[in-house]
Amino acid sequence: MSTDTSKVAASNGTDAAAPAGKPTKAGAAANWADERLGIGGLSKFLSRKIFPDHWSFMLGEIALWSFVVLLVTGTFLTLWFKPSMAEITYQGSYAPLRGIDMSEAMASTLDISFDVRGGLLLRQVHHWAAMLFIASMMIHMMRVFFTGAHRKPREINWVIGATLLLLGTLEGFTGYSLPDDLLSGTGIRAADGFMMAIPIVGTYLSFFLFGGEFPGDDIIPRLFTIHVLLIPAILLALIGAHLILLIYHKHTQWPGPGRTEKNVVGYPMVPNYISKMTGFFFITFGVTALLGAFFSLNPVWKFGPYDPTKVTAGSQPDWYMGWPDGALRIMPGWESHFWGSTWSWNIFFPVIVLPMLAWMVVLMLPFIEAWITGDKREHHLLQRPRNAPTRTATFVALMTFYAGFWAAGGNDIIAIKFDLSINQITYFLRAFVFLGPIVAFMITRRWCISLQRKDNEKLLHGYETGTVIRTPEGAYHEKHLPVHEDEAYAMTVRDRGRVGEEPELKKNGKPTFRAKLRAFYYDHDVDKPTTEELSEAHRHAEHEAHELAAHEGHVVDGHDFDDHRHSAVEEPLSH
Amino acid sequence: MSSDLSEIEKHDDSHPELNAHTDALLPDPGMHEHHWRPTDVDPKAEKRAERQVSLFFGLSALCSVLFVVAYFAVEPGYDGDVWAGYGASNLALGSTLGFALLFLGIGVIQWARKLVVDIEHSEDRHPAASSPATREVAIAELKAALNESGMARRPFIRNAMIGSAALLGLPAIVMLKDLGQTNAQITAEQPYPGAGLEHTVWDAGVRVVRDVVGTPIRPGDLEIGDLVNAEPATIFDGSLHGAPLQIAKSKAATILLRMDPNDIDNDVTRNWSVDGIVAYSKICTHVGCPISLNERTTHHLLCPCHQSTFDLADHGKVIFGPAGRHLPQLPLGVDADGFLVALSDYPEPVGVSYWERNTHDIDTIFDDWSKNHAADAEQYGYKEGGQ
Repeated sequence: MSTDTSKVAASNGTDAAAPAGKPTKAGAAANWADERLGIGGLSKFLSRKIFPDHWSFMLGEIALWSFVVLLVTGTFLTLWFKPSMAEITYQGSYAPLRGIDMSEAMASTLDISFDVRGGLLLRQVHHWAAMLFIASMMIHMMRVFFTGAHRKPREINWVIGATLLLLGTLEGFTGYSLPDDLLSGTGIRAADGFMMAIPIVGTYLSFFLFGGEFPGDDIIPRLFTIHVLLIPAILLALIGAHLILLIYHKHTQWPGPGRTEKNVVGYPMVPNYISKMTGFFFITFGVTALLGAFFSLNPVWKFGPYDPTKVTAGSQPDWYMGWPDGALRIMPGWESHFWGSTWSWNIFFPVIVLPMLAWMVVLMLPFIEAWITGDKREHHLLQRPRNAPTRTATFVALMTFYAGFWAAGGNDIIAIKFDLSINQITYFLRAFVFLGPIVAFMITRRWCISLQRKDNEKLLHGYETGTVIRTPEGAYHEKHLPVHEDEAYAMTVRDRGRVGEEPELKKNGKPTFRAKLRAFYYDHDVDKPTTEELSEAHRHAEHEAHELAAHEGHVVDGHDFDDHRHSAVEEPLSH
Repeated sequence: MSSDLSEIEKHDDSHPELNAHTDALLPDPGMHEHHWRPTDVDPKAEKRAERQVSLFFGLSALCSVLFVVAYFAVEPGYDGDVWAGYGASNLALGSTLGFALLFLGIGVIQWARKLVVDIEHSEDRHPAASSPATREVAIAELKAALNESGMARRPFIRNAMIGSAALLGLPAIVMLKDLGQTNAQITAEQPYPGAGLEHTVWDAGVRVVRDVVGTPIRPGDLEIGDLVNAEPATIFDGSLHGAPLQIAKSKAATILLRMDPNDIDNDVTRNWSVDGIVAYSKICTHVGCPISLNERTTHHLLCPCHQSTFDLADHGKVIFGPAGRHLPQLPLGVDADGFLVALSDYPEPVGVSYWERNTHDIDTIFDDWSKNHAADAEQYGYKEGGQ
């Protein structure tokens, strides 16, 4: 970088930033900075960077900006929040709790809510932004996987993204545990139970974290440090790495006219994306501010301070912690006792093993897929979900698995709202988390395959116009028009059949496990038509058009089947 | 890096992995011709867009000013003004701040969409990998560095360095030792009453008192079907403060239920009851939520957190849900003044399971308890086989 920078710096110094005439103020400032920092090179590198345009590329940006909102509002909150479990008597302005003993953490949370102007707003915006942060990360992850953007060379960025999701979830948990109200204290106590269930080291982990027995008076200050320093620092570093890799790889793009594996078509960072992103940051912040203004959440004053002898019915964690909580609810009560020890499978498996296992599976998805397909090429063009039926179905199966557990996390609410038996809901969900994903997989894969067929139909026979033609013989058929050349082109930019090298056979001549998986992966996949099929179909369409034209009068006005197929679509349809 | 980039560019065509999807059925129609927007060609449209953008910026500025006005004009707090069911301060500050941000954002986006030049460009991609030439240079330099530093030739000091650096992890880990005392230490030292996972502050003769108010209870105070949240009198005698008090409460919380003595269908449960009054730990054996949802007709107790359900008529056994163990029962007796007391601490650890927990079935627990406590318990009216 150094040689390049010096060149840029020199040229900027003489030509660009300080032209012969009067230097502008901005130019002088840029020159000052460049002579010391050499930012010219960086600016040259970044400012004309091209990013493709598509609404779905904005989902990750929501996550990025909500993280910034979290940093801003969180910093403000630390000015008033006291992360202490020292017991004091509340004397603030919320009358129903006045005179009640509580921790300083809870009392300062009430002060922020009622005595600091805008404090309640900060709390609510912070909490809403946290929900948005995690939700947008999840949806962004779905977008990436369904469109194949996790493939080489972006596997590491997928791993970073999955780690961000895990850390974001932990950050959320430590955050909503801080006020030390009844609900958050119940959550911390459950977390203590989770730790204790870990074989051999569980009690040690719990006693070290809590500084002795639950609840002690160390947990809130320790969670505070984890929440405001440790996890945010890692998040910030990983987000930085995520973005640097995004810039290095250049963004993926949808196939289309002029868009290939070897280029990226779109608008430059400066001025287009810098302005759109800035605007979008303010919009994200504005939306969370309005949510904080109009929609109350986590009203800790209604729950009261934490008391280890109390709990409220309908106790539930924030939504993103719902699925392990649901797993905990529908797990059978298996516990083993031998040699003076107790093994809590009923807790250890659903909340420790299962989430870690699920995270590992998500982390490994790009590598598993590449191993199965044997595809070692770089990919920069996105795939429509239908064009990778097994992949799409796999992720839908994982989502169904998640949804089953998530619903289980609200089994009591479902039972009350829909007047159902909680026992039956629980038994149903126990079966659902195993059978649901299989059914979802099969349906999704067939659905994708049907859509692939439909694409081929469209390519070969055109789209349905809705115009029904009656021939003089009295037969009816629907008129089809060829799809636009841009769309037709985009639809055909996809691999034909298997791409990787075939795995070798086993010594006994039978296919390896990998070969079987690959066969399964591509099973029933519908290939795009061949060039011959396509030209045959076009010939057929032309022939049909002549046939129709041969009939008396004009069968349909406008889009006749003539040689100017493509222009027919470009004209407005309603003339 | 800059010199590498030019090499990559030269090298580009030799990377076949970027030539994927070459099986194009149709010719690439190529990038579209740029369509000019009305704001690009019509000065009126351009002016209009400019006015729109400045209107949004103006509205944003107005909202920021209104935020400051609201900050000083509207009282915060629960007792402050309420508008339409909302805290007035929160609503005023939130909506002014929200709209200030939103209008600013909309203004900038409108500027970007209507006025910033929107010509699509195409930029070449390069393979993620560095070119073989760069790689060669990098490897050569790395080798030279290894050589010059002697890392390769002096394995002993290299390994010694790695080893000593790795050992620096030890101080960091050892420091964590003082995060807190272990259960074994706390149980042995008993730094406060009822310390350690195997104990609570309950003891023989400790009165069972009502939660919150701390008044003792006579058996006659309870009707059949009454459920009482109870605590040991120790919680209210002023001897415990701060963390030890919270720890004591977190383990000692107890549920009292009076049922028809004929409904009790377990001998141990009957032995530890007084006139159909049974006492159980309120702390769920699953992950430790306090349990309090009672089904009066069935003597079933439901945990609100994960719906484990326990049968209080039958030694608190689990009849539904994820809990793995029965609820520990507190042996009850009556003291000389006629108030309910505990006959001992809980006969087994309360609350969540942990690895070191020595778990037994209810009959073994009862036999152990009888050996150690039955004789002392007689002063509180305990008699095996019924009271």
